[in-house]
Amino acid sequence: MKHRTTARARPSWFDKLAMKDDVPKTVMGGAVPSSTIAIAGASLEMFDAGDGAPVLFLHGCDGLDPGHRYVAKLSDQARLLAPSHPGFGRSTLPDWLTEVDDISYIYLELLDHLRLSVVDLVGCSIGAWIAAEMATKAPDRFRRIVLSAPMGVKTGPSDRLDIPDVFAMPEDQVTALMFHDPAKGRLDATALSDEQLAIRLRNRESLALLTWEPYMHNPKLRHRLHRIGCPVLFLRGESDGLISQAYLGRYAALLPDARCDSIAAAGHAPEVEQPEAFAARVIAFLGASTGA
Amino acid sequence: MKAWHFSENAYHHLPPRETYDSIRVTLPNRIYDPEKGAALYDRFIDEWLVAEEEGLGIMLNEHHQTATCVDPAAPLMLAALARLTRHARLLILGNPISNRRQPVRVAEEMAMIDILSRGRLECGFVRGVPYEIAAANSNPVRSNERQWEALDLIIKAWTTHDGPFSHEGRFFHHRMINIWPRPYQQPHPPIWISTTSPSGAARVGARGYVQATFLTGFDGTRAVFDAYRRGWRGAGLGEHVPAHRLAYAALVYTAESEAAARAGAEKLLWYVTSNKVPRHFANPPGYVPISANVAMLRGAEHPLSAFARGASVDAAIEGGFMFAGTPDQVLRQIRKLYRHVGGFGHLLIMGQAGFLEHDETVAGIRHFARHVHPALKEEFPDTALTSDAPSAQHAGVA
Repeated sequence: MKHRTTARARPSWFDKLAMKDDVPKTVMGGAVPSSTIAIAGASLEMFDAGDGAPVLFLHGCDGLDPGHRYVAKLSDQARLLAPSHPGFGRSTLPDWLTEVDDISYIYLELLDHLRLSVVDLVGCSIGAWIAAEMATKAPDRFRRIVLSAPMGVKTGPSDRLDIPDVFAMPEDQVTALMFHDPAKGRLDATALSDEQLAIRLRNRESLALLTWEPYMHNPKLRHRLHRIGCPVLFLRGESDGLISQAYLGRYAALLPDARCDSIAAAGHAPEVEQPEAFAARVIAFLGASTGA
Repeated sequence: MKAWHFSENAYHHLPPRETYDSIRVTLPNRIYDPEKGAALYDRFIDEWLVAEEEGLGIMLNEHHQTATCVDPAAPLMLAALARLTRHARLLILGNPISNRRQPVRVAEEMAMIDILSRGRLECGFVRGVPYEIAAANSNPVRSNERQWEALDLIIKAWTTHDGPFSHEGRFFHHRMINIWPRPYQQPHPPIWISTTSPSGAARVGARGYVQATFLTGFDGTRAVFDAYRRGWRGAGLGEHVPAHRLAYAALVYTAESEAAARAGAEKLLWYVTSNKVPRHFANPPGYVPISANVAMLRGAEHPLSAFARGASVDAAIEGGFMFAGTPDQVLRQIRKLYRHVGGFGHLLIMGQAGFLEHDETVAGIRHFARHVHPALKEEFPDTALTSDAPSAQHAGVA
């Protein structure tokens, strides 16, 4: 795996951020270097590895762990471009940013900045929501799209949440809904540094900012999804307690060329619980042209 | 020192504590009996009227979806009190403006109360405790910023008299703002803000509003008041902060005998011990700074939470959360806190909670008003200047 690194040293925005007590002080994990790119007032932590056709990978609720196996598997086959969303990981959160929709514009600009006219797009959870927003705005820029455990639309009746309210239940209940094996999701604060804990907490805070109201969806999105003409794979872990099979099907039905698939023994983050199966499914769908 | 009778209008006819997960947000309202509720409103209003009769101020607040405070629209209660009272100052502490979607409506309500009461409104604003977030469906992130934008807009609505203005802010938008009525007091009613954090208090100090802090005990209160004084000085408002800018809320019960005081104080503890709230409502993401959450995951605990687990009257008095006893004892306890925190000018008296009956509540109000308050007024005049508490000095018993 090759890394494109532009800023191993402390990035210039760090000092400004470090003044605020809500920004983690050191780079997560520290093992894999990331560069930073400034877009529309946000400094984005950017992981960029591998060769081949470019794949923009948009992480889920818990942020990007560049050391994870699925990242290696995907970057073996393609050039994997994976930003941390504004407010997640080490990326800054501009004051004006309030919605997932805002992030989709930042990432379209990121593609311009990287001089990538057409890419494959893979998103997980909130990353899949961002991906769907992007594709409705610039459908011609995406060749194929994978949406894993996507949220973002409201498909059911007004008196019932499509997605259980993760902010109104105990943490162990959230973990049980999100993981096939809840032991993998349980927070062990003693195993994490203060910085890692801070990143985890900040990810959750940013998730709340973006998904609080309307809860986990943009009412406009469903009326735009028909614009996405390229083939789209909707994926979910079979044990996902947040994104149901029925929800996935109703979501996919809003797009002209979508199919659904599932991954066994996985919850809301199949890329984390079943990295091989997840990567295999994604690579197979993106197809031959993603090979170098 | 001014003293205020504060009652949360709690509904205490609850099933056993172990039968519900939370007294807030999710407790089904089938438990609330409208007949009993109506009788309680009558009773609590009567108690406020006793407070007025005894020369105390009247204080109320607002919470939502909770049995601890069945006053989800404090301006309505305030409107009733404005007509039922004649001379008491009326303190609402406060309007939860991070959770109110229309600040201009809040400005209208408060102006109306000020007119109804002919200028007796003391107008408090709060961000709202974390358990209000779910009940208000309010985003917990950036709620501080929302509070300050709302406050500035309300003040501008109160003080603009030449026809409509517009506001296109970060959180709120409103065209054609031109409220009727405008406030009775000029330029506007006194503004109070409650915060229990030093960073918030410094900002309040810089504006010179009245700063109230709730159940923060000896050291917590000192930190809040010191921060207020720093903010005050930093903004060039003067070298010393007058006592009437600072307020402290505590559980207070005064009686003729120690035994009677103890009995009343035991019942008042309900205010702290009844607050059964699961973590996901008590600490929504974004409500407190990330650094505070890291500290909590490392085992840090809010002093009041630590206290609530093993609450006792002695521990409450020791911690500075409660003043209870005979008039002499209560006076000594208040004096001790006053000296430790550098002084304050308002005592907000949580004088009713849970199973404290009407007669007991009234007796507590009267004893305090007749046998403690006169001495407090004499010893700690409103205009006294407060000072940064010397950090090395621990509270000595006077």
